[in-house]
Amino acid sequence: MNLNLKIWRQKSKKDKGKIVDYPIANVSEHMSFLEMLDVLNEELVSKGEEPVAFDHDCREGIFGMCSLYINGEAHGPDRGVTTCQLHMRKFKDGDTIFIEPFRATALPVIKDLIVDRSSMDRIQQAGGFVSVNTSGNTQDANAIPIPKENADLAFDAATCIGCGACIATCKNSSAMLYVSAKVSQFSLLPQGQVEAKDRVINMVNKMDEEGFGNCTNTGACEVECPKGISLDNISRMNREFLSANFGLKK
Amino acid sequence: MNKLTFSLNYRKPKSEYKRSEELMICIRYYHKDSENSKARIIKKSTGVKCRLKDWDTDWHKNSNRYPVKSSDPDHERKNKLLIEKVEAFKIYELPAQQKKQDFSTLLKSKVPDGELKNKWTTYKDKINLVNPANKRNIDVIVVGTGLAGGSASATLAELGYNVKTFCYQDSPRRAHSIAAQGGINAAKNYQGDGDSTYRLFYDTVKGGDYRSREANVYRLAEVSANIIDQCVAQGVPFARDYGGLLDNRSFGGVLVSRTFYAKGQTGQQLLLGAYSAMNRQIARGKISMHNRHEMLDVVIVDGKARGIIARNLVTGEIERHSAHAVVLASGGYGNVYFLSTNAMGSNVTAAWKAHKKGAFFANPCYTQIHPTCIPRSGDYQSKLTLMSESLRNDGRIWVPKHMKDVEGLRSGKIKAVDIAEEDRDYYLERRYPAFGNLVPRDVASRAAKERCDAGYGVNQTGEAVFLDFSSAIARYGKEQALLKGLDVNNTSVVTNLGTEIVRSKYGNLFQMYEKIVDENPYKTPMMIYPAVHYTMGGIWVDYNLMTTVPGLYAIGEANFSDHGANRLGASALMQGLADGYFVLPYTIGDYLADDIRTGPISIDSKEFDEAEKLVKERINKLINNNGKNSVDYYHKILGKIMWDKCGMARTEQGLKEAIAEIKQLREDFWNNVSVPGQENEMNTELEKAGRVADFLELGELFAKDALERNESCGGHFREEYSTPEGEAKRDDEKYTYVSAWEYTGQPSDAKLHKEELLFENIEVKVRSYK
Repeated sequence: MNLNLKIWRQKSKKDKGKIVDYPIANVSEHMSFLEMLDVLNEELVSKGEEPVAFDHDCREGIFGMCSLYINGEAHGPDRGVTTCQLHMRKFKDGDTIFIEPFRATALPVIKDLIVDRSSMDRIQQAGGFVSVNTSGNTQDANAIPIPKENADLAFDAATCIGCGACIATCKNSSAMLYVSAKVSQFSLLPQGQVEAKDRVINMVNKMDEEGFGNCTNTGACEVECPKGISLDNISRMNREFLSANFGLKK
Repeated sequence: MNKLTFSLNYRKPKSEYKRSEELMICIRYYHKDSENSKARIIKKSTGVKCRLKDWDTDWHKNSNRYPVKSSDPDHERKNKLLIEKVEAFKIYELPAQQKKQDFSTLLKSKVPDGELKNKWTTYKDKINLVNPANKRNIDVIVVGTGLAGGSASATLAELGYNVKTFCYQDSPRRAHSIAAQGGINAAKNYQGDGDSTYRLFYDTVKGGDYRSREANVYRLAEVSANIIDQCVAQGVPFARDYGGLLDNRSFGGVLVSRTFYAKGQTGQQLLLGAYSAMNRQIARGKISMHNRHEMLDVVIVDGKARGIIARNLVTGEIERHSAHAVVLASGGYGNVYFLSTNAMGSNVTAAWKAHKKGAFFANPCYTQIHPTCIPRSGDYQSKLTLMSESLRNDGRIWVPKHMKDVEGLRSGKIKAVDIAEEDRDYYLERRYPAFGNLVPRDVASRAAKERCDAGYGVNQTGEAVFLDFSSAIARYGKEQALLKGLDVNNTSVVTNLGTEIVRSKYGNLFQMYEKIVDENPYKTPMMIYPAVHYTMGGIWVDYNLMTTVPGLYAIGEANFSDHGANRLGASALMQGLADGYFVLPYTIGDYLADDIRTGPISIDSKEFDEAEKLVKERINKLINNNGKNSVDYYHKILGKIMWDKCGMARTEQGLKEAIAEIKQLREDFWNNVSVPGQENEMNTELEKAGRVADFLELGELFAKDALERNESCGGHFREEYSTPEGEAKRDDEKYTYVSAWEYTGQPSDAKLHKEELLFENIEVKVRSYK
């Protein structure tokens, strides 16, 4: 199929950036979206032009490295996938496709479609861990049985790949889904209880400090999340946050 | 003069042994090829041990005396065993012209003395430590943030060292370890199926085709149980059963269930555990994290690794970083094949630069080709996707028995489900009844290739076999129907119930398959084909995980030590975390103890100047080359040479051709590659160019190594060395060694050093899974 790509080009952080048109021919429907961009880049390089810079690495939807905003949707029109798992069979001949970076104040563009997500790391550094030494002198792994239901819920929350789709999608650029996934994982496990109060307060404060917006419960983040992280996690985090602040018993 | 006798296997001067210490008894065979030639000695372990004080040195002087004296309570059995061993010793099987191996004296494995099971504990008790106050004055650089690098960074920082960690990704959480699906092995024996440290050790050595270092593997098995405890304490959500206890599954090449998992995302959960441990130390200021930085050289000062040159991938700036020791955790080099299951950015650059600065590169030809990957679909393909080995727990692999069905499938006239049960060839179950679909990866891959080469491939390209879940769905469905009191003969009820169970076990993998291939694997069998997945070879390290350059360490997939010629499933995660959490943090102290008075390492030395200058020159050369071909153009050609000639089956001629072709391609690359953009900005093409340039050198050494090893073992299969049934034929007499290559200016001129592999606690046998 033949497509008309409209791609965001921005030389550097300071550059203003603009949309540039790139027609592309003979795209196979079996290609992944990123393979289509590979073909485009190969063409650009052979013409001596600079290729389009985009983040990508594993190409199997688990690193959370790829980050495109395609036709106004994070990771494109398909559901439950990252951009690298999006296939061209979702498009048809003659389509115009807008390709932009994830946009949020806290995720500034570095070049073209690449954004700086270090603010997301900093939120994790504020409390996304259990303070246990890695010396190996821990108790036996089966010493505390964990109800399967909680273990499964904790796992579901922990599958967040930290790609930032929820933030890019949110009209407030809120990181609530991302942060709540980590808070939920630990609040559902006995190992996370000891520091639960500090964790939720520190992570939420850091999120505000980094310039992420607030949550107004539109639920768009859940729809666009490639890993299907549930909105329930946000409620769980709100409950944790409230009880931590007011010293309520859970 | 040919003589057969017994001797004790001394590992150090006789006088250093206590009388009560136990030594292995060996058979010694003295052999002269001719009257005047020097006698060769062939030594073979008997597996029988004896205390020094029970050894009768003059046993041969009298026919009534035996090697083990009657002071040993078990002397009768031992002497009987020895006699049996001598009788079984087949002189005629020894090669006529065998020369004594020239094992390297440079390579010191530093394996501690003592009994295998006590080596690590005793060693830890004796090694030098750095006191906590001094650790604050010592810097350590870690390159890479996968399971090995992430866990090492966290633990070193926790111990008190100042850690500087580097990764090329935008966050340490995005290292390739995260893509590991199936699970992690640990000898916990929670299932009570007879698992033990020894059994895990045994399986790993056997799975590695007896080409790994015994002591390292035993240590790995020993600390494996600790990893699970550690990860659970960190909040890693492993799969649990309804009683709330940890669940296990089974992997290829073993007969127990020892694999812990978190659905098909075990690597992700473990890496996020290591990442969270790192975050804790980053917050405390003990780790300074350098994201989007690529190491481009290691700096050696006075013979010791003292820093690195790194490129800031955002600004293009070339930076100098110094430290008292450098740890490489930069992963494997599977991307030398262009198409592999590795992430697009995975590369050999850090390891290769270290090699060029004096670190020996060991066994580069040992590559794991994973049997269950999604087949390739076209020329534009950028990478291959792995389907976890855990699928072989429940999936059955087959191709049609008859050519007419193969043709029907390819022309689209029939579907897999139309082929009757009796017309299917479940070739793994047929060839290897004991292990069936759970044979190790190298065996399963070669068997798939064999069927496809014979013309039974089931897709258009003829390079695919079926992985079928219908039996598992029916089996689980019946079980559930019984439990729920439903009709077990109602096919649709049974199928629905069975599908749900399979979904709960492998849901994300099935979804991934469906997204890529656009077929529903619950209804029609998956199509799979082998693909490059992991590299067992890597930088040579001793027992301390130190390379041949003092102060330079290599951990995880970047080193060579634990998996021999073939890695068992779910062992990579185990090794990465074992090295990072539990081994390196101890052993590095032994080296750093000498550095407590050194003070900070300056970056204003001539060594740093020189290294930086060379890095900049190389970048300038690439940027100003103005050639006509893209980087990927070269990478794809290299990949094709590697796959065709150094892939699943290798021949002498093919390897010789590969060496010549790669050399030529490298020359062409440096003359004609085109890298657009500038060096002082983010430039993804420049990053790729540097990595491919290094792959073009590694590829040549790879082929040279494969050519030198005239045997088939594990992931290295030479067609000349196979049985008529197509099974691998190892040559233990000649090749029970590690090939460690020293760089001397050109990959093809690399010098070979051999580290002898001794098996004292395990009997070396033909690896059979039949």
